[in-house]
Amino acid sequence: MNHKLLLAAILLPTVMLTGCETLGGQDGGDVVVEDRGTPADGGQVVDGATDGATTSGAQAGTDFQGNPLDNPQSILSTRVIYFEFDSAAIRNEDRAAIQAHAEYLSQHSSASIVLEGHTDERGSREYNIALGEQRAKAVRQLLLFQGAVASQLQTVSYGEESPAAVGHDESAWQQNRRVEITYKTR
Amino acid sequence: MKLTNKRQFTSIWLMLVLLLSFSTSASAVLTIQITKGVEGAQPIAVVPFATEKLTTQLPYDLVAIINNDLARSGRFSPMPAKDIKTIGSPHDGGTVRFGDWRLVNMDYLLVGRVRQTGAINYEVQFQLFDVFKGEQLTGVSYPFVASDTRRMAHRISDIVYQKLTGQRGAFDTSIAYVTALTDVKNKRQFHLNIADSDGFNEQTILNSPKPLMSPSWSPDGQQLAYVSFEANRPQIFVQRVFSANGERQRVTDFSGLNGAPVWSPDGKYLAMTLSKSGNPEIYLYELATKQLTQVTKHPSIDTEPAWSPDGEQLVFTSDRGGKAQLYTIRLARNKPASRPRRLTFEGDYNARAAFSPDGKLLAMVHGNQGRFQIAVLDLANNALQVLTDSRLDESPSFAPNGSMIIYATNRNNRGVLAAVSVDGRVHQRLEVQQGDVREPAWSPLSQ
Repeated sequence: MNHKLLLAAILLPTVMLTGCETLGGQDGGDVVVEDRGTPADGGQVVDGATDGATTSGAQAGTDFQGNPLDNPQSILSTRVIYFEFDSAAIRNEDRAAIQAHAEYLSQHSSASIVLEGHTDERGSREYNIALGEQRAKAVRQLLLFQGAVASQLQTVSYGEESPAAVGHDESAWQQNRRVEITYKTR
Repeated sequence: MKLTNKRQFTSIWLMLVLLLSFSTSASAVLTIQITKGVEGAQPIAVVPFATEKLTTQLPYDLVAIINNDLARSGRFSPMPAKDIKTIGSPHDGGTVRFGDWRLVNMDYLLVGRVRQTGAINYEVQFQLFDVFKGEQLTGVSYPFVASDTRRMAHRISDIVYQKLTGQRGAFDTSIAYVTALTDVKNKRQFHLNIADSDGFNEQTILNSPKPLMSPSWSPDGQQLAYVSFEANRPQIFVQRVFSANGERQRVTDFSGLNGAPVWSPDGKYLAMTLSKSGNPEIYLYELATKQLTQVTKHPSIDTEPAWSPDGEQLVFTSDRGGKAQLYTIRLARNKPASRPRRLTFEGDYNARAAFSPDGKLLAMVHGNQGRFQIAVLDLANNALQVLTDSRLDESPSFAPNGSMIIYATNRNNRGVLAAVSVDGRVHQRLEVQQGDVREPAWSPLSQ
């Protein structure tokens, strides 16, 4: 799947501008699903993002009218970036989605986002607040590198205080180690 | 001894979104039970106190509270009241027949009487005896008001505990903690609560729809510093605990993290974590002048400062070595005076240090092979002892007499509090009736 994502990353600007012919639906769906379930905090994720994974390819040919942020087939519908335990390193499979948001932000100078860093419940709470901030800052750094400007980006960390999934095992923890991307303005 | 009547509160709304509420509720919302006691706890008989000229009954039974305190410590095994009745009901030294108590192997005997001296005024007089020697260990008389009945009982427990263990009692203290509830509309509610050390008198001093974190007592036990996300970002506040209107002030609102506030032993500074430089670093904030002094400077996470009781060092959590471990830095005139030195080497995660009141032990969250437990490091010989047997423990806080460590853990998928003696032998569990409870902070001893 990695090579597909790289391809998506390279082709993304074209995809976004032309309304994708073949790539958008399926690749966007792959990025979202990741076998991680739907983050419980539905407000952060465009409805239908997971539907994109199961929709047949026939849908993908339709031009999406309107803001690409509203297109459930777009990679921009990926609004949550996940992390390994005690790590703020961005995984390769998430780079395409971050790049897509960077492109959008650089093309829409009035758009702005909040990057909300979170951790799982293990370890101490204040350390987790710091870890959540490092995750948000890691995403911010990559967005800046790829063309967003600092005034568009705001970071906040909730550490382990605001879990997306309740539960005390790895299946919940992996959904909680995350950065949520929320558009304040478009 | 004067007992101040500081538990009378009225409800008040301070802000639209955020309400600070107080109540005089005395129900045991937080319940405490011993889950593991010490072998050979000392037998003691607390004879029901005689009551004289009581026109108004006391709101609580002094002796029941004392028995509960002594049993909860794990160090004593109080004789059940029904057994005491069959042996005798002495109320002063003159009427004690030591032979009767020796026959049932009681080591100690506490007797006393209460009399009413005014509309709400009472006097309690009590004597503690060593049964085998037939000697009085102490005898005291105290005035108190009806609303302070529970505190009076805890003070008596403190005196008994100190006489018999040589260590100050910590029954007349409070615990601060955070509870997280989900209301009927599935909205999260966070409360900052205080309760007596036996779980009674739970009072909510702050209520917010956004997370509350890291309560820390001022050394005089009158204020709490904490972190609130009520503005959708972390800010540090300091609040008067026993003021009727919940008077508080916002201390910091820097960009990035504002976290982990802890008071200096002299009460003049807060050590805290700020990331306004772009990276989490430890700072000292002087309350009188609002001046900041930066203590750490490293591109890793530095957080969770813990002040040594002598005020001369800060222990903090840092991942500068790759994983979270504890480091110490010396302070001179509240400025950093040494390079940080690593303190912990066992396990793959050591964080959130707390000093024992004598400065000899460091409690921490110790992570090893995926389990996070409470451990203590003996600073004299670097011996690390793991005290708990669970897997999601956090936020250790010492009792102000150094006897117990209270901490947060998870039980049946709920956040609960637990306490363990520093030798790991006595275990208690403290539960709230609903929601998750976390981040306990044991108050200093009453002044």
